[in-house]
Amino acid sequence: MLIRSTSGPADVRPAEITPRPLFEERRRFLLRSGLGIAAGAALWQGLGGTARAASERLATIASPLSTTEAMTERKAVTSYNNFYEFGTDKGDPAQNAGRMLTRPWTVAVEGLAGKPRRFDIDELLKLAPLEERIYRLRCVEGWSMVIPWVGFPLAALLKAVEPLGSAKYVEFLSHYDPEIMLRRPVLQWPYAEGLRLDEALHPLTILAVGLYGEVLPNQNGAPIRLVVPWKYGFKSIKSITTIRLTERQPATSWRRAAPHEYGFYANVNPEVSHPRWSQATERRIGEIRKRPTLMFNGYAEQVASLYQGMDLRTYY
Amino acid sequence: MPNFLRAPSGTQIALVKATVFLACLVPAAQLALGWQNDTLGANPIETITRASGEWTLRLLLITLAVSPLRRYTGLHWLIRLRRMLGLFAFAYAAAHFTTYVWLDQFFDWQAIARDILDRPFITVGFAAFVLLIPLAATSSNAAIRRLGGRRWQSLHRSIYAIAILAVAHFWWLVKADLLKPFIYALILAALLGLRAWWREQERRRQLSVPPPAKHLERPVIRIVQK
Ligand code: HEM
Repeated sequence: MLIRSTSGPADVRPAEITPRPLFEERRRFLLRSGLGIAAGAALWQGLGGTARAASERLATIASPLSTTEAMTERKAVTSYNNFYEFGTDKGDPAQNAGRMLTRPWTVAVEGLAGKPRRFDIDELLKLAPLEERIYRLRCVEGWSMVIPWVGFPLAALLKAVEPLGSAKYVEFLSHYDPEIMLRRPVLQWPYAEGLRLDEALHPLTILAVGLYGEVLPNQNGAPIRLVVPWKYGFKSIKSITTIRLTERQPATSWRRAAPHEYGFYANVNPEVSHPRWSQATERRIGEIRKRPTLMFNGYAEQVASLYQGMDLRTYY
Repeated sequence: MPNFLRAPSGTQIALVKATVFLACLVPAAQLALGWQNDTLGANPIETITRASGEWTLRLLLITLAVSPLRRYTGLHWLIRLRRMLGLFAFAYAAAHFTTYVWLDQFFDWQAIARDILDRPFITVGFAAFVLLIPLAATSSNAAIRRLGGRRWQSLHRSIYAIAILAVAHFWWLVKADLLKPFIYALILAALLGLRAWWREQERRRQLSVPPPAKHLERPVIRIVQK
């Protein structure tokens, strides 16, 4: 008897999908050998085409704002997380965040805006072309990663609601559901973060919906999170439900918990040390020896002008 | 209670000691293997630092629990495990400190000195470690003889201060979630509280005139209390 394959012609056999390690290896090789962003992007999209059968793949365009540094292994990016709502150990979010449903999901964009409204997540995914942004991420705890995010500029969303002249800050709130999340008041829930409006509109500031070319895993802040690469990681709030334009500087979770340790700005700054950790050096995940931390996490050229005339020791 | 539990033979005690010895090596072996096989997670140095620190604290508390256990179970031979447990606490502390100096800071002595001076959690952790050194150095029978029981005992009472410093170290290094250090603090408070309670009882007993027979027993009771 003949054993018939049940897969239709459109299906891609698993063997045709480039295995992830190989794919990552190739990608890293490409970046290292400096073939250029354009060639990289072409291959990236080519690969995206091959692997489309693996449902969660996102089509992206490359960005000149990406770094060419070696990326942190996907496994580390998705297993070593600070997402306190799902537990305070680094491995907890990967264990527990699967409980969170990311559909249906809406993000309310409200406050001092001409056209405030609620966006459906699928609408947000189409708001602007999705870009791959390979950014350094520096955690206040002294470790760092290089992550290929998929997202779009926050500015695109803010412009859609037409901020009023009186809007000076942007407040962000995370999803909080006590049924599936930590109930102990380790921090004040829901998690809250904030940016100055000019920081929020900066081209480096993105809303991420994916990483490594795929839909964002829950532990990394699905379905949509902030990424502000020149600030310590805790500023990049996860699983956003509310974005509010305000006149006053919003209260933020870590600052509420320990105002002498976590400032509103939280710009990466090797010269201003945290009471618990020196910020002069960092350990890149996957490496043994520490490396020097760069001012504004290496994005000084793009963002230093935002803070001209400010004493960064006072506004830490 | 079975007889071998109340009064184990020399062989039985040797067996128990060997078992405890091996058990104390398990966490270290797991870390060494994990390092070798790269199964310690995304940040193996942090994993080792934390595991060795937590085992130091656990072993300190287990060492402090020997006397109460012995007193309330009547298993007097438990005291014969105490030195080994204390030395393992020191060994894990040394491994913890070495991890910090070597893997974490890579012998950057300037950064280490700054950490010890500037960061309260490192300051107290370092103090706890330094204070453990004389205890480990005077753990042999020869050292007890040389110092004399009384002086040896008063030196080794610093273990209480060390345990308090160790819990403070944990308390201050935690960013926001104080649950674990809180649990260790509770256990330590119970262990220290028991000593305070015994001391108070002893003081009262001495105030009321003791019968002569009890009086003869007192030196034995004293040793039990430490
Ligand atoms: C008796 C001495 C010590 C004890 C009992 C102890 C205990 C601990 C404990 C329980 C932890 C936390 C583990 C966790 O997060 O689960 C820890 C972490 C740590 N300890 Fe110690 N420690 C001692 C001495 C030291 C010394 C001498 C140093 C360095 C000079 C040190 C540096 C550290 C560091 C850097 C961490 C990690 C902090 C972090 O991950 O954020 N400790 N220790």
